[in-house]
Amino acid sequence: MAQGSTKVERQTGGAGGPDFKASMATRYGLDRAFTVLVTVASLVGIAVLAVLLVDVIRDGSTMLSLEFLASFPSQIFPENGGIYPALIGSVWLLGLTALISVPLGLGAAVYLEEYAEDKRINRIIEINISNLAGVPSVIYGLLGLGIFVQLLAPVTGGGSVLTGALTLSLLILPVIIVATREALRAIPGAIREGGYALGATKWEVIWSHLLPMALPGALTGIILALSRAIGEAAPILVVGVSLYQTYATAGPFDGYMALPTQIYDWISRPQQIFQDSAAAGIVVAMAVLLLANSFAIWLRNRYQQRS
Amino acid sequence: MAWNRDGEKGVYVLSRIARSRLLTAMSVLALSLVLAACGGSAGGGEGGGGGGQISGTINIEGSSTVQPITQAAAELFREENPEARIEVGGAGTSDGFEAFCQGDTQISDASRPIDVAEEVPVCEENGVEFIEIPVAYDGISIVVNKQNDWATDVTSEELKTMWEPAAEGKITSWSQVRSDWPDRELSLYGPGTESGTYEFFNEFIVGNEEEVNRSDYEASEDDNVLVQGVSGDENALGYFGYSYYVSNRDTLKLLSLDGVKPTEETIRSGEYLLSRPLFIYVSTDALKNNKAVKPFVDFYLSEQNLDRLVQAAKYVTLPSSLSQESRAQYEDRTTGTVFTEAGEPKGGDLETALKQSK
Repeated sequence: MAQGSTKVERQTGGAGGPDFKASMATRYGLDRAFTVLVTVASLVGIAVLAVLLVDVIRDGSTMLSLEFLASFPSQIFPENGGIYPALIGSVWLLGLTALISVPLGLGAAVYLEEYAEDKRINRIIEINISNLAGVPSVIYGLLGLGIFVQLLAPVTGGGSVLTGALTLSLLILPVIIVATREALRAIPGAIREGGYALGATKWEVIWSHLLPMALPGALTGIILALSRAIGEAAPILVVGVSLYQTYATAGPFDGYMALPTQIYDWISRPQQIFQDSAAAGIVVAMAVLLLANSFAIWLRNRYQQRS
Repeated sequence: MAWNRDGEKGVYVLSRIARSRLLTAMSVLALSLVLAACGGSAGGGEGGGGGGQISGTINIEGSSTVQPITQAAAELFREENPEARIEVGGAGTSDGFEAFCQGDTQISDASRPIDVAEEVPVCEENGVEFIEIPVAYDGISIVVNKQNDWATDVTSEELKTMWEPAAEGKITSWSQVRSDWPDRELSLYGPGTESGTYEFFNEFIVGNEEEVNRSDYEASEDDNVLVQGVSGDENALGYFGYSYYVSNRDTLKLLSLDGVKPTEETIRSGEYLLSRPLFIYVSTDALKNNKAVKPFVDFYLSEQNLDRLVQAAKYVTLPSSLSQESRAQYEDRTTGTVFTEAGEPKGGDLETALKQSK
């Protein structure tokens, strides 16, 4: 084969050179076209986000203030209303969901990747986890209603913020598991073998080598999953989020309000002032999301620098 | 390859650092939760200056239509009683009754009376006795586009022609509904099947057993989307809550129904066909055992508050004779519903039904 091609080259001789050069222009042209294409692709996303942001900030600017962050929503004096209990509720949801879903997700991924042998039952579990990632979120809400609100009411306190977090954890576990497994799979076998060769137990290899090396990759999945969780309205509406309550959440067994449901409630009201409140609420929700994401990305970068 | 270059030692150093980082990350998470908890209790403390004695938790679930009234009540009640913890949900009338009849909530918001055949037996089974209290009226407005110069009124028969399931795919032009209307496309806008407004409209207009209407129309659970739809489509006809018309007078044209224009007066008097009462249901057990429920309902229904709350939520206040009866129903602790299995008030109208229930 190799000899064949050299033969062809020799035969065409001088003619082969110019021919190759002639196609260079086309090749560079294609290269440039591709660059433009991918730039446009990324700009579309940014442009849509920019339009959305400008629109929302313009509508919400009348309501946005520190007072808005610190006040309860108001039906009687809508112009003095705020988002305080929903903001606190969402922070609780985010924190509890992370505390529940991250250890569970990492654990399940480690089991499936490092311990499970390739038996039939494990393959079934694997397929199921991948499928679960595509189930509509309200289904998780109904599941949460059956298990956490009704069956486990003595433990979760019924429609508490803990119930909401447990339900959201179910929702995002598949994403975390899949991302962590990918990260674990990318670690070369030599690391594991090196550990064993030095006399480390399986637990030691996992805890001191595999988990730290997989964490940057796993964190990407966790960031995406938690961002999704904090933006969900449908599942928590089913498991008893309050659209209004007279106090801010102060413990895992308290009732709670949340940013997406507060925005949803405002948007569906007839008065214009609530539409403005909703826009301001969206700005707050995006800020919270941005803060949480930056924290996670900062965390991820610290790990990546070490590895 | 990259990992070989580091050598064993490198990996070992990395893992130690990483392990401590993992712990740091977890403690930061835990810390942020604690901080959130502090923030939460600080917020509770802010409101706690009033020194109210009433404490306890009230769980309220039910209709998202009634929720604004109850929210307004909770909001004003909070000013005087910061220790009371009131949670108001808006999952819908049916979900509300489900929780209420299980004894999970103390008060249920409802945009229709409790179902005598399906829901009352569940309440009875679980020993939940309730007082039924009408708090406001809500009307459903029939609207068209501002540019529509042919229609000013519509009859309930014509509405039925437009909306009944048999009209699906057949009644597509305005002229098919009334002969002197133009031969223009008829585009319909209405709430989705999950909405209480949908149920109510079908019960009164279409009137068939299944209470469904045609499915080839623009549907949305959000009335504001319907407002936008009708105001942007010259051939549109839509129906939704009267308060949404009032907030969007400039962009919509209101039709009278069977010769009656919906106004506060005609909705209140029941002269306008598509007017419905809104209710709260209070558990008598909770009234006795939950310290916060009685003061809250007293506050909600008091003469100086009820109309103010209803107006803040943009609904139509009850006529004073009816709100007297409503209050009497509560003061006398009259339990049970005054509605028949068909959802009609016993004895014809609501006021008579309430009087008879004593």
